[in-house]
Amino acid sequence: MTKTRFVLANLFRKKTRTILTLLSVIMAFLLFGLLQSVNHIFSAGADFVGATRLFTQARVSFTSPLPLSMEPKIEAVPGVTRVTHWQWFGGVDAKTNAPMFVFAVDPVRYHYVYPEWVMPDDQWKAFANTRTSAIAGKQIAEQYGWKVGDKVPISSNIFPQKNGSKAWAFDLVGIYDGKDEDWKRRTNAVLINYDYYNEANAFGKDRANFFISKLADTNQAEQISKTIDAMFENSPDETKTQTEKDSNLSFIKQVGDIGMIVKWILFAVFFTLLLVVGNTMAQSVRERVPELAVLKTLGFSDVSVLGFVLAEAGILCLSGGLLGMLAATGLGAFMEKMSGGQFQIHPHWTVWLIGAVAIVLMTIATGLLPALRAQRLKIVDALAGH
Amino acid sequence: MSDSMVKISNVTKAYTRGKQKVEVLHKLSLDIPKGDFVALMGPSGSGKTTLLNLIGGLDQPTAGEVSVGGNRIDQLKSGQLANWRAQNVGFVFQFYNLMPVLTAEGNVELPLLLTKLSAAQRKKNVAVALQVVGLADRAKHKPRELSGGQEQRVAIARALVSDPQILVCDEPTGDLDRRTADEILGLLQVLNREHGKTIVMVTHDPKAAEFAKRTLHLEKGTLVEQAA
Repeated sequence: MTKTRFVLANLFRKKTRTILTLLSVIMAFLLFGLLQSVNHIFSAGADFVGATRLFTQARVSFTSPLPLSMEPKIEAVPGVTRVTHWQWFGGVDAKTNAPMFVFAVDPVRYHYVYPEWVMPDDQWKAFANTRTSAIAGKQIAEQYGWKVGDKVPISSNIFPQKNGSKAWAFDLVGIYDGKDEDWKRRTNAVLINYDYYNEANAFGKDRANFFISKLADTNQAEQISKTIDAMFENSPDETKTQTEKDSNLSFIKQVGDIGMIVKWILFAVFFTLLLVVGNTMAQSVRERVPELAVLKTLGFSDVSVLGFVLAEAGILCLSGGLLGMLAATGLGAFMEKMSGGQFQIHPHWTVWLIGAVAIVLMTIATGLLPALRAQRLKIVDALAGH
Repeated sequence: MSDSMVKISNVTKAYTRGKQKVEVLHKLSLDIPKGDFVALMGPSGSGKTTLLNLIGGLDQPTAGEVSVGGNRIDQLKSGQLANWRAQNVGFVFQFYNLMPVLTAEGNVELPLLLTKLSAAQRKKNVAVALQVVGLADRAKHKPRELSGGQEQRVAIARALVSDPQILVCDEPTGDLDRRTADEILGLLQVLNREHGKTIVMVTHDPKAAEFAKRTLHLEKGTLVEQAA
């Protein structure tokens, strides 16, 4: 027998209780791993885009498209090298109705503004020169098994064609990839030729949700955004211009403050967990006061007895935490695979780090009070049952 | 005195209960030589267990001196006292106080976790201790699978395994029937006579006291009589 085996034997003296507590720790850390990963993507996922581009949208909401006539005016602002427009298509898979990221863009302008997307030149040319063209990110192309030359059926849940049908079809002329890992992970969108969309759709014309300006000097981002917004002040189409990262965050916050929601859910989960594990540990110590007194009688010091109880809490939190985080990693990878890379919620290393800190804090929070109680036990009183 | 195992001089032990101060032992002096087997008797509340706790280093006197095996244990701090207990005293309780999650051999091995013995050496010592109490064949059984007498034998093996100088026993047969009690007392007698262990035993049972070499009577915190 070793001290570790002794701790384990004590921990599993009431197997059902310990296993149920362990399951609650696993579940809490599974939720933590997944939700914190979502939070991480939303709060930090756009860090890599930097401030090389500005996004201009309608001041009220990006859902109110702006007229294309604004594009040359924005492009004329000193410091802006080129502007492209970007229209949300509301795409869904024609067969399964599963939502897809589909945007209508000007191929030439878009290619200039987003050099991060990598694709052979002839495919860029085909994208620009084919009226019904579309290009797909590598991930989504693999997900649907698309190849260059395919006719890709995509429906829109917003824009009907002039014949009234919401079923569209595009010629896939290219498959793009990202220039590095960050960009490669985001190749889950389809880009369609704006001109075709603009001509064929029956619902609005010559409008776009966003104008994306590429800047000559990123340090001028703030000044240029103010200039653009000032240019359209008091017009029917007032604008809001911000960096790409801020724009992404604003887009997410249309859904709600994900970070805050996640924090509150996790707070509730961990607070409940604290009560569950804390109660298990307190009960476990209360049940064996005489046994702890016997340990001290045999010569185990107060600190050793404190260590035994803390070790039990530590093993419970560590094993539950690790299993929960591993489950989150596995489930995240599974969800990522099932969604064709659209939901990348595998826990980042920073989430693991926060998880490790949470395990340590949980151990202290749930184990310290019972452990101190065990440490302070007076042998004579405990043996006498006082 | 070189052959003295326990030397108690003018020991007073008082507890505070609420606002009241209760003196359990009053200026008590006692000398127990090495190899003695002493039964402590007396009515409830006379201070028997308190005296035993002082001898075993589980409690400290309010005043006076307690020496066991030549060590002034009344001057030791909590951590030092724990060390001293681990090396010098074996305890046997009325209700055995075994760890229910451990087997008989696990219980006996517990005090050895405080030593630097290797796992193999520990195992060997445990086997010897269980052999001495006649329970070698029950080593893998948990306390709930043993009878009361067997549990007490395991407790005695646990008390013996680190080869202490002195065994302190608090009503070791209080929870056992006569026949089993006599077996346990016989075992203690063997440990005293053949292995030279000094034994101090608290008991209410005059028949149990007969197994001791001598009996000390306590009343209201003082020794009233010493019977051979």
